[in-house]
Amino acid sequence: MSDNATSLSASKSTISRRQFTAATAAGALAASLPLRSARAATPLKLGVLLPRSGHLALIGQACQRGAEIGLPMLRDMGYSVELMNADTESNPDVGRTQAEKLIREGANMLMGCFDSATTLAVAGVAEQKGVPFVVNIASEPKLTEQGFKYVFRNFPSAGMLGKGGLLLYKDIFAATGVTPKTAVLLHINDSFGMAMLGGINALMPKLDMPFTIVETIAYDPKARDLSIEVSKAKAAKADLVMTVTRLNDAILLVREMVKQQVETMGIISPGAPGMYDKQFFKALGKYAEYCTTNVPWFDPTQDMAKTLEKTFEKAFPEESCDLNVGFTFEAVLIAADAHKRAGSNDPQALSAEAKPVFPMPPFKGRT
Amino acid sequence: MDATFFMNVISAGLLTGLVYGLMALGLSVIFGVMRVVNFAHGDMMVVAMYAAFLLYTKLGISPVPALPLVAGLLFVMGYLLQRLLINRFLGATEHIQFLLLLSLAIIITNIVLMVFGPDARNIQLDASFESYSLGPLILDKVRVIAAFTAGGVAMLLWAFFRYTTTGTAIRACADNPVGARVVGLDVEKLYAVTFGIGAACVGAAGCLLLLLVDVHPHLSSDYTLLGFIIVILGGLGSLGGALLGGILVGLSEALSGVLISPSLKSMFSFGLLILVLLLRPQGILGKKP
Repeated sequence: MSDNATSLSASKSTISRRQFTAATAAGALAASLPLRSARAATPLKLGVLLPRSGHLALIGQACQRGAEIGLPMLRDMGYSVELMNADTESNPDVGRTQAEKLIREGANMLMGCFDSATTLAVAGVAEQKGVPFVVNIASEPKLTEQGFKYVFRNFPSAGMLGKGGLLLYKDIFAATGVTPKTAVLLHINDSFGMAMLGGINALMPKLDMPFTIVETIAYDPKARDLSIEVSKAKAAKADLVMTVTRLNDAILLVREMVKQQVETMGIISPGAPGMYDKQFFKALGKYAEYCTTNVPWFDPTQDMAKTLEKTFEKAFPEESCDLNVGFTFEAVLIAADAHKRAGSNDPQALSAEAKPVFPMPPFKGRT
Repeated sequence: MDATFFMNVISAGLLTGLVYGLMALGLSVIFGVMRVVNFAHGDMMVVAMYAAFLLYTKLGISPVPALPLVAGLLFVMGYLLQRLLINRFLGATEHIQFLLLLSLAIIITNIVLMVFGPDARNIQLDASFESYSLGPLILDKVRVIAAFTAGGVAMLLWAFFRYTTTGTAIRACADNPVGARVVGLDVEKLYAVTFGIGAACVGAAGCLLLLLVDVHPHLSSDYTLLGFIIVILGGLGSLGGALLGGILVGLSEALSGVLISPSLKSMFSFGLLILVLLLRPQGILGKKP
């Protein structure tokens, strides 16, 4: 059958079935392109959940700076993001309520929440509502082991943190030529602290660490006074003090160790907040110099990291561009990138595009 | 763990307990005289801590010398609060008073939050890292200063109520308000003075606590609760009871932290509270109603 046989009319310009099919397909494609483009042009509404008040306020505000400082950079890179900020008040229940509120108010994606307990609470809301949730910082293993479909994390789990941190201990011992035989572990008793404790206990024999933990002391991260904890640690007479802290308690611990004249080979954290924060150095002055922390860090040699650091220093000359800033910026970037590639604000499309960036880039330790 | 270790733990508990006791004194004074339970107690202390913080950062006055100034400021605040607001609710039922003071607490917290933001603030003194060594005993210098000042303030308060005319008149109002009116005492004014004195005690405690803990707006609820535990343990309305309650809480936290687990130490304060409520509901030094 010739094409002409299917002509509607010999006298008019004719359209063949094949041409019609091709034209229809092209039309559909053409029609879909502006639509996708128009959807991508709608900015991503990113619900940012961070502990900007309460006992984690100082770290939460550092994370918030990381979320906001990157926006001009992201705009230059062709991303379109609007932040919808909410304060979790360092309280998982408040975090859950704020997440529900942000979703009701039109957030397409969520990002946060720094602490594991609140992050777990918000993950539950994200799963229930089918809204993608990018974790900036939280190491609770359950977040990625529980089978959540909408939760994405670009931060090491407690096991990874512990392993990376403990391996760096060996480097420190090799570099200093001093190896302790015993250690006392002081740790917070929240979700993060308990997950780290589990990781450390499991990894110590596996990694064949040269010292044994003779005493483990748990305490409330909101504690006003840590004198008893430090007295108990001192009584253990261990060579090394290991700490899993937040910021305020890290300051209290070190201050109390100075007052109680605790003598130790070193204070080394296997991977926890506190000892790298600007506030820690401000509050403790010269005493901060005697503490070491092994934490994941953004790669400072990368161009994007250099730009971020420059932008940050210009905007916040009094603050430090630390891992809270770096990982939070990266979480916003992941969300923005998923939105750009999905070309849509649809949660399913965003989830599909957020997945390829997971798992995270190689763990980088920093002491 | 040897004897020296326990001596150090007990001395730290005692010193902290004395400051706790001073904090609770204000609550006890106000309840003892006016039968008003001050739910804004912790919030007033946070105001005092911020006032001491400002005096240190802006004028370089450290918290102990700033104590009379802050106590005076809180006295005026308490006096005016009683005169202008609380006095109108003295005849109201207890739950109305509770709601009034709870509302006041929420308002104070939010004003502090608006003015100072959510950041924790602290002050750094040379003494913050120093301690006294008495043989094997190591005493935290800041705690020693705070505890001795707390003891001094408690003595002054006792002397005021025992030996001054105004103090005697206030005690008369507490014992028999109707009788006090009959003999011509200005009960409303004396109540306002009492509330001022209670607030001044809170102000003094706030100055001393700033030496020990960081201040932030949400600290208030923790200290209101702690204040209640202490005064219920010692006996509501009893000055000696407040100090004793503070020492007991300080000691129980210290010893339970060492013998059981530091993360469970607060639980023992509540355990002690339940025990006292079961065995002696009026508190250790409280009078039976």
